[in-house]
This record gives sequence, C-alpha cells and structure tokens, in this order.
Amino acid sequence: MSHIQDITKPEHLVYRKTPLLTDNIMHYCPGCTHGVVHKLVGEVIEELNIQDQAIGVSPVGCSVLAYNYLDIDWAQAAHGRAPAVATGISRLHPEKYVFTYQGDGDLASIGCAEIMHACSRGENIVVIFINNAIYGMTGGQMAPTTLLGQVTATTPYGRDPKLNGFPMKITELLAQLDGTCYVTRQSADTPGAVRKAKNAIKKAFQNTRLRKGTSFVEIVGTCNSGWKMTPVDANTWMRENMFPKYPLGDIKDI
Amino acid sequence: MAKFKGAIVVDNEKCKGCGLCVVACPTKVIELNPNVNGKGYHYAWMKNPDDCIGCASCGLVCPDSVISVYKMSVQS
Ligand SMILES: Cc1ncc(C[n+]2csc(CCOP(=O)(O)OP(=O)(O)O)c2C)c(N)n1
Ligand code: SF4
Ligand code: SF4
Ligand code: SF4
Ligand SMILES: [Mg+2]
Repeated sequence: MSHIQDITKPEHLVYRKTPLLTDNIMHYCPGCTHGVVHKLVGEVIEELNIQDQAIGVSPVGCSVLAYNYLDIDWAQAAHGRAPAVATGISRLHPEKYVFTYQGDGDLASIGCAEIMHACSRGENIVVIFINNAIYGMTGGQMAPTTLLGQVTATTPYGRDPKLNGFPMKITELLAQLDGTCYVTRQSADTPGAVRKAKNAIKKAFQNTRLRKGTSFVEIVGTCNSGWKMTPVDANTWMRENMFPKYPLGDIKDI
Repeated sequence: MAKFKGAIVVDNEKCKGCGLCVVACPTKVIELNPNVNGKGYHYAWMKNPDDCIGCASCGLVCPDSVISVYKMSVQS
C-alpha cells in the first residue's frame, strides 16, 4: 500500500495548471467550456514557448475578460470586431502570434462581416470560436447557431425556422473562402476530445509561424446556465443535439 | 510487473463543484464532497484514492484547472 503523500511528490507530477494561466479565479459558471478552452490556449502557448509573442483579442460575451486569465498581451474589441482589431495588430506586428477568441453571438451575428472579410483576406491570424448555441452573457437569447426547436429566452417555444431562420454553419461557410488554410471543429467534453482540441489549436498557432493564412478552430461547447442544465447534462445534450448539426473534425487543411 | 499508482490534489477553495471530473474518471475515484468550500461549492475529492491510476482524465476536463495529478510506478 502506498500512502497518498508518497505519490504526491514533485517528481511524480504528471499534470498541473499551466503557468500561462493567472491565479485569478475565473468568473465563468461552474462547468463552462470557456475555462477548458482558455487552459488549452495557455498550454499551447506554453509548449510553443511564445508567451511574449502571443497577442489575444477578446470579444464581447462571457469571455470578454479572457485577458484576466491568460498571462499574455491582449486587446479587447467592440462586439464582433475582434477579427478587424486582430488584422491591424498582425499587420503591424507580423512576427507576433495574433489570435481572436470569440463566441457565437459575437462572431456569427454582430461580427459576421468582420470574420468573413478577415478570412477572405486570409489574415495571418488564429480564430478560436466557442459555439455554445446561445448568447450566454446576456441571459440566454437565441444565437445564429441556436438549433431548431431549441428553447432560449427569445425563442420560448423553441427556434422556429419560419420565424427565426435556420441555424448557421458559419464554420463551413468560412471554409469556402480562399484565405482560410485550416478550418476545424472540435469539442472539449471528454479527455480524448480535450487532447484533440489542443492539437488543433497548436496546429493553428503553428500555421501562423508558417504564414499560411487564417486558421479557424471552432469548439462546440456548452452554456449550462443558459441551457438551464447541470454541466454534466449539458455535455450529454450537446453530444446528442449539437454534434449531428455541427459534426466534429477537420473541414479544410491546406 | 510495473504498475502505476496515482493521486490527485484538488485546490478545494477554487473548485466549483461542476462534477465534470467525476464523470471523466475511468475508475470512479472522485466524488463531490458533502462539505462545501468558502464559496458554497461541494468540492471534488478522492473518495476512492486506492483506485487512482494517475491518468489525468480529471485534470484535462477541469474548466478551472484546479486538479494536479501525480503518478508513480510501483512493483507488484
Ligand atoms: C454593440 C453591442 N450590442 C449588444 C451587446 C450585448 N451583448 C453582450 S454579450 C452579447 C452576446 C454574447 O454571446 P456570445 O458571443 O455567444 O458569447 P457567450 O457569452 O455565449 O460566450 C450581446 C448581444 C453589446 N455588449 N454590444
Ligand atoms: S453564462 Fe454560459 S457561457 Fe457564460 S459563463 Fe455561464 S455557462 Fe459559460
Ligand atoms: S472539474 Fe474541476 S471545478 Fe469541476 S468539480 Fe472537478 S475539480 Fe471541481
Ligand atoms: S487521475 Fe485518472 S484515475 Fe486518478 S482521479 Fe483523475 S481521472 Fe481518476
Ligand atoms: Mg455563445
């Protein structure tokens, strides 16, 4: 029998919080996907050893305060405009690793034009897109990515295509544009999915070094508060309902 | 034959009791503690520490990065 104290020695440490994350307690609800993805971005920046060369642009949405959690340089953009701000930064500092971090309301709704044109121009940036099918921050209103039938604060009887239109597969649309070099859709709900998502984010940052154009990583995630479920149930609901509409895997890789 | 023993350390005060680590653990080591932390969350703890294999599945899925995982090989 080994005692716990014999195991928890520094030389046996195999997993710990990346030092790229600050000690600030994240304001996210318990179980929110944003926390997992922040960590993955931090781990990638740590492994690529680019802490002083990475510049993030945070959105409007729950992740507006991302700059409190990842210990790198940040700018904070007006709602949906992160790709435009990132364009300016990356053109002025072509040697830096510039990325945006955006929700589905921010990216696919108010910022639809900015992301389209940044991807069309092939700006040498990374886009991390958190699709939780809802406006989390403002209390759970319908987003462009909200599923048909999904109940939100503004679709209390479920999203009706006649009234509310259809869910938008923005990631597939962006893959059509010549400026994108890598477009992928991942999740972060299981240990295996977390490993894959991290590899995708790493590849995206490596593409910046190779100056290949825009790398776009969608993470299908949960907003358990907005969906009004426990975090564990939200992951199950996501797998059953979101994955069929938003299938995981690489969409483009050139 | 070399076998592995694992253990986790949870930052109790920063854990939000979301339960994602509980379902991620393949050997059912973790449960939410009946006690609560300063924020009122039932924090994660090793209910069955002998079964931990140090696989880090719990750490990978933790949104708040509050789990450290240790692993050592033992001879059986
Ligand atoms: C110009 C402008 N319009 C509207 C808002 C209100 N608003 C804040 S966050 C948000 C949507 C956020 O949803 P999403 O981008 O999906 O992020 P999440 O919180 O779900 O991560 C909206 C509409 C705003 N802050 N500014
Ligand atoms: S409202 Fe939703 S997206 Fe925002 S922190 Fe809570 S769970 Fe996450
Ligand atoms: S996943 Fe993290 S925050 Fe959630 S219960 Fe486990 S240790 Fe606590
Ligand atoms: S390291 Fe693996 S076995 Fe140990 S508690 Fe975490 S998930 Fe369970
Ligand atoms: Mg959202």
